[in-house]
Amino acid sequence: MFQLLRQVVKTGIKTEAYPQPDDALRVTLDRLQAAVLERFHGSLAIRHVDAGSCNGCELEINQLNCPYYNLEGLGIKFVASPRHADMLLVTGPVSRHMEVALKRTYDATPDPKLVVAVGDCGCTGGIFGENYASRGRVSNVIPVDVAVPGCPPTPVALMQGILTAIAVKKT
Amino acid sequence: MSIVDFDMAFDTLDGAVNIHRGQVDATLWRTLCVHVAASGGRLVALWGSDQTQHTGRYAVHAAFATDAEFAVITLPLEGASYPDTSDMFPVAIRMQRALHDLLGLSATGAVDDRKWLRHAAWPADVYPLRKSSMDESTQVSDFKQKNIDDVPALDAYPFIPVAGDGVHEIPVGPVHAGTIEPGHFRFSIVGERVLRLEQRLGYKHKGIEKRFEQMDLMHGAKLAARVSGDSAAAFGWAYAMAVESAAGVTPPPRALWLRALLLERERIANHLGDLGFLGNDAGLAFGLSQFLILKEDVLRLNQALFDHRYLMDVIVPGGVARDFPDDGVTRVRDECSRLEEVVQRLKHIYDEHAGLQDRFVDCGRVTPDLAARLGLIGQAGRASGQAWDVRVTHPCAPYRELDVRMATHQGGDVAARVAVRFAEITESIRLLRLIVDRLPLGEIASPVPTPPEGKLGIGWVEGWRGDVFVALETARDGRIARLHPRDPSWHNWPLLEHAILGNIVPDFPLINKSFNLSYAGQDL
Repeated sequence: MFQLLRQVVKTGIKTEAYPQPDDALRVTLDRLQAAVLERFHGSLAIRHVDAGSCNGCELEINQLNCPYYNLEGLGIKFVASPRHADMLLVTGPVSRHMEVALKRTYDATPDPKLVVAVGDCGCTGGIFGENYASRGRVSNVIPVDVAVPGCPPTPVALMQGILTAIAVKKT
Repeated sequence: MSIVDFDMAFDTLDGAVNIHRGQVDATLWRTLCVHVAASGGRLVALWGSDQTQHTGRYAVHAAFATDAEFAVITLPLEGASYPDTSDMFPVAIRMQRALHDLLGLSATGAVDDRKWLRHAAWPADVYPLRKSSMDESTQVSDFKQKNIDDVPALDAYPFIPVAGDGVHEIPVGPVHAGTIEPGHFRFSIVGERVLRLEQRLGYKHKGIEKRFEQMDLMHGAKLAARVSGDSAAAFGWAYAMAVESAAGVTPPPRALWLRALLLERERIANHLGDLGFLGNDAGLAFGLSQFLILKEDVLRLNQALFDHRYLMDVIVPGGVARDFPDDGVTRVRDECSRLEEVVQRLKHIYDEHAGLQDRFVDCGRVTPDLAARLGLIGQAGRASGQAWDVRVTHPCAPYRELDVRMATHQGGDVAARVAVRFAEITESIRLLRLIVDRLPLGEIASPVPTPPEGKLGIGWVEGWRGDVFVALETARDGRIARLHPRDPSWHNWPLLEHAILGNIVPDFPLINKSFNLSYAGQDL
């Protein structure tokens, strides 16, 4: 126990500066009202759905748990069920075998809800594209608010995408 | 008697691992399987190819390894069936089922002939990997998504039921509660104790093998790195090795040493992440925070040295795409010292933590005997006494000179898999130091000549999870006729069904994490 505490103290606080929202990442403009978005600020529940990725994007989403990024410091947390979620964080491409599960997860998420598509594959279908087994980009299957490119997108890019989705669009 | 003594024509392929190649008929196919199984060898991969345009036939291929040899055997088929091998190599069961779903070749005599990778995306009488069944335009349009409500009926799958007083089922997935990949687990339980677990995978199937066939050899490297994103260096290397063996070219020494550097960095990063999540799943969030800091530092140095956090697209056919910067040697040495110190301290904390050890010890045990019988491989295999490590048993350059010390454990439980990960991090740190000290100077890539049509190329590399295997068949003009990437998860998923037996459901996430298998790599 002493060693554990000593290691905690020795490590100190590692959190780095948070990124700013970037309107260039928006796919849909102003789908939710500003009043709703303001409520999400400081308390956002995310459900991650892997709809067919290579698992590279999942590595970076998991890396958001690293103290350097401290996502929970912004009141943003990952939840175990779409029923508890305000936002779906979806990696792609959407395989045809995951299409039904993704639609059902979307339907199970209460309104008002946001969708962030993650990675080059989530944004465009990426290297896998569309074929007999792949539906390509996430927006081919469910509506998308913000798309975060990258292969895989860095934790900072992911945070920026999430923050853009809940930021009120500047007029 | 060794495989090469067998009554077959063998020719040796060029390339980094020593491979024997032969062709057999159906009778000799079975005899050879019996022989390999009896001599303690294992089935590395089983795949098929459509050669109807050239020979009018389909073919089934198998890669076998014994502790001294590695052989790739081809069986040209008369029709569309071949003799079952799963009675000798249980690991073949799912491979054979997938082979039927994708290519329509069936194993005569197989006990389990249910579908595996096919759900409802394409009809049962269409085989995506047959050259005749789909061209690029029909691929997208032919199988439009049916009504969402029809899919469950179209996708009916006969799970094996368990009956009895108080037995009930818990279906889990495909969308899971954590940030993990999709798959379905069907638990049959009494109270909290698991009587049976049946996995259903294939949710992520996105036509990777078909996609390769639309690519040329250079472009294929990008896709290979994305078969399973956490093993980008391992798949990148195995793919490059396959192309190089088909083209008959050897990369310069500096490139080979840099590849080993990349592979060991990937091993360290993944093991660090797993150790963190294993602590977290047992209720020690401190472990997650600490190990993710270490992992993040490794990833950031990857970015600084190779311009990619997960080392994607650094390994290319012919060599590597980016040279190691001059200050790299110092930075890697500094990183090694820091890592070594903190990992030792954290290991001590894990070892001494009663609550953690209470969850780890005796949880999810796979005995060495069961592991040998069912063919467990990779780091999970080594934690159950299976001393297979391609870096040691079938080393390619530069591993021949690095003299890797294999980490094994007889325990077979979560604690053993944790111990093997710690030992492998320590060993990889030693290897990183050796590599940067002895890194040869010179070119980082050789030009790759276009190989002739119909050449076979093989790549075989020990990734962090286990051995990664790639088989390539070339087409005209430097294109890919067939590519089969085999993730070690194919071998280890079935063992997870055994590891959970007799344990309670809440221990499943911990046991699952201790294997940390790839869904993407097995779903293809």
